[in-house]
Amino acid sequence: MAAGTHYLPGLTPTNEASVQKSDDAAGYYVLGDKLVDPKAPTGPIAERWTTRKFENRLVNPANRRKLDVIIVGTGLAGGAAAATLGEAGYNVKTFCYQDSPRRAHSIAAQGGINASKNYKSDGDSDYRLFYDTVKGGDYRSRESNVYRLAEVSTNIIDQCVAQGVPFARDYGGLLDNRSFGGVQVSRTFYARGQTGQQLLLGAYQAMERQVAAGTVEEFTRHEMLDVIIVDDRARGIVARNMVTGEIETHLADAVVLATGGYGNVFYLSTNAMGSNVMAAWRAHRKGAYMANPCYTQIHPTCIPVTGAHQSKLTLMSESLRNDGRIWVPKNAEDCTKDPRDIPEEDRDYFLERIYPAFGNLVPRDIASRAAKYMCDEGRGVGPEVEETQPDGSVKKFRRGVYLDLGAAIERLGKDKIEEKYDNLLDMYERITGENPYEVPMRIYPAVHYVMGGLWVDYELQTSITGLFCTGEANFSDHGANRLGASALMQGLADGYFVLPNTITDYLADGPFDKVDESHPAVVEALDGVKSRVEKLMSINGERSVESIHKELGQIMWEYCGMDRNAEGLKTAIGLIRELKKEFWTNVKVLGSADSLNQDLEKANRVADFIELGELMCIDALNRRESCGGHFRSESQTEEGEALRHDDEFAYVAAWEFGGEDGAPILHKEDLIYTAIEMKQRSYK
Amino acid sequence: MKLTLKIWRQANASDKGALKTYELDGVSQDMSFLEMLDLLNEQLLHNDEEPVAFDSDCREGICGMCSLMINGEAHGPEVTTTCQLHMRSFKDGDTITIEPWRAASFPIVKDLIVDRSAFDRIIQNGGYISANTGSAPEANSVPAPRDKAMRAFNTATCIGCGACVAACPNGSASLFLGAKITHLGELPQGQPERYSRVQSMLAQHDHEGFGGCTNIGECASACPKEIPLDVISQLNKDLRNSMILG
Repeated sequence: MAAGTHYLPGLTPTNEASVQKSDDAAGYYVLGDKLVDPKAPTGPIAERWTTRKFENRLVNPANRRKLDVIIVGTGLAGGAAAATLGEAGYNVKTFCYQDSPRRAHSIAAQGGINASKNYKSDGDSDYRLFYDTVKGGDYRSRESNVYRLAEVSTNIIDQCVAQGVPFARDYGGLLDNRSFGGVQVSRTFYARGQTGQQLLLGAYQAMERQVAAGTVEEFTRHEMLDVIIVDDRARGIVARNMVTGEIETHLADAVVLATGGYGNVFYLSTNAMGSNVMAAWRAHRKGAYMANPCYTQIHPTCIPVTGAHQSKLTLMSESLRNDGRIWVPKNAEDCTKDPRDIPEEDRDYFLERIYPAFGNLVPRDIASRAAKYMCDEGRGVGPEVEETQPDGSVKKFRRGVYLDLGAAIERLGKDKIEEKYDNLLDMYERITGENPYEVPMRIYPAVHYVMGGLWVDYELQTSITGLFCTGEANFSDHGANRLGASALMQGLADGYFVLPNTITDYLADGPFDKVDESHPAVVEALDGVKSRVEKLMSINGERSVESIHKELGQIMWEYCGMDRNAEGLKTAIGLIRELKKEFWTNVKVLGSADSLNQDLEKANRVADFIELGELMCIDALNRRESCGGHFRSESQTEEGEALRHDDEFAYVAAWEFGGEDGAPILHKEDLIYTAIEMKQRSYK
Repeated sequence: MKLTLKIWRQANASDKGALKTYELDGVSQDMSFLEMLDLLNEQLLHNDEEPVAFDSDCREGICGMCSLMINGEAHGPEVTTTCQLHMRSFKDGDTITIEPWRAASFPIVKDLIVDRSAFDRIIQNGGYISANTGSAPEANSVPAPRDKAMRAFNTATCIGCGACVAACPNGSASLFLGAKITHLGELPQGQPERYSRVQSMLAQHDHEGFGGCTNIGECASACPKEIPLDVISQLNKDLRNSMILG
């Protein structure tokens, strides 16, 4: 247990429901009824999951092959679920937009995966992992879900090792751990800097084994364009075969969305080029609530943008901040100089100056904001990048700060630094053409992960009956901020151990009445998708999809990025509404809809990003507090630190679609803790 | 800088296809190779010509989705993936020929995009360890010698991009196959299926029409993840043993 806390069994509430007094988003939304998770468990925190697993109904093995489950997305959360449900004997169909399930973006995660194995005997436990995760999420996650996550974390490691995931090992052949993300225990399992890749390949291979066994049928280069709802249950999807262009319907007893995060709403992010929100957004439009969409994680150490051509951003592991000193020139006129020619007295080690106690190791959000402020001031370094201002004018900024390994190289020697960061520094040199052993590296924050996503109950079911959501695509476990090495943990927890144990209770009522292709609800969904595609192909305007996506990204980054305020968010909402009109009247998509057409794919995705962007801004506008990755400049302490308002905002903001031009409807789910007490974070 | 690009255009699998020449100006050396193609595509769209279709996803060298034969070399002149290749490897005035992977087992889908699903089918035929969810023993109950675990990891870093096949004069996927055989074969958990695995994976490899290995080594030099050639020796060794022991 962390210092000053004590184990709370989870029987008595430690806080009261909050009452919102401010109403910054007045006029932009409609207040709906309070939301209560109908599946929320009760009782002692450590027994809730075990009890639920016992109470949930099971499906007889002989009946499983009569039940069809569609899984969209084949990363950790989708691939693991497909493998597990396939092994259990269900009929599974998987869909991914890539050419193989092995390419899902889980593959790019570098650092590691947390588990409370306590192999280092350093006092780790399920409760401590739970405690760290809730605290790290700034008390904006559901305690029951997080405890379950901590509880199954150890099973994940067992499962992965059995599959042949080559984790790092010590000389005795046992598994190695490292400490990660500022926690006090070493609980992170890793495979060099490629943990995500190895875990994904484990899930992929397990899933391919089920393809061979005939329980899983995989559809690659297929993209979901809508969910099919029959008699208030999700019964299938409409998908586009991206090779032939054919719009297909696929029907099932339950649908699972494991479609990842929506960071690409910012255009530039560390997400893959194809990562998108379409599946989740289509479900949202059909009734699934979107929870906390404004919760975005911005990572401070990415390789900066070099010009308008930039298509994506690359993460540099945060561990570099252990050895690098971060600075910008004191004088703006030095920004174009070779940094090696700038003398010590003309350098501003701004993190060490502003936060002397933590220096370069301040939390991610603080480091990110400070770098932004330096560049806004005109003291950024690196290439100049044009940025369109709200009035349409174009200004130039240098978006980068130095991360200088010079002192560390002097102190530890080049060999030691090479040993620690070799691959990373190679990648940096490849992308920038600069040798980080000689010239200080340049870094800048970038969008990395979203904590928001589709609202799900304790059993991972969305507000649409029969539609489930797992992994980054749901909102449930990370609150307002995610700890390092916890994304992989959540994806695999949901996929291997949670969903397969909750979906059974739903499927126990099945098989449901057979639905065929001619059912009016199926025809309606199919026709809706077809007419949308036709519309996109027929606008024949002047603007490329890329240029509109870039413009959306600039709006989001400027006003709904690291530092948000009411005025800026309102400006953004106005700009996004204009952009939506521009898109639907002036976008240009060439080629045909009945063949492989990458511009059409992008157009479908960007259309939904635009709508999501507006909702993110409304959510950010309503939440007049700073918590986790969400910083409202109106809510800070005198020292400029984030200030949370538990009295007003200790709730999940679950948004219901309000119709094509209607205002979204806000449902608040109170966050009541029984196994932990809320505390303000502090860096003193 | 200004470039002349010769790019393979092919409308679909049954189209004949041909190299088409484009002039592209305004290329910065900071661009990645794929961002250079993004720029070309913006220009083509502007001129009402359909953009060039090519695969890419993570654009950080790990997903294996990107491909391309660049001036006859898989992933171009550097030891990396195409998405991590930058234009500073080229100079103003260069002519660059860009083609899809050339291998009968990777049929062309459109322009520079090929179908690599044969790799998935090879994995389906034994490229795994059978361990149902929930059946795993405690992770530290079976130690794995560190050097073997390291070799397993090094070969498990294969990204399945297919450069090895594209570079091989025989169109063999032996490096891809050898990497998976070595990864799973070096771990204690991989032993029970070791010999059935090599036989079934190889049978599928041959069934897909990939060629045989004649130890030329182009695959290993084209591999962006530097999978060593000795995984093919391991493959052959495991195959021999499987005939005796399997």
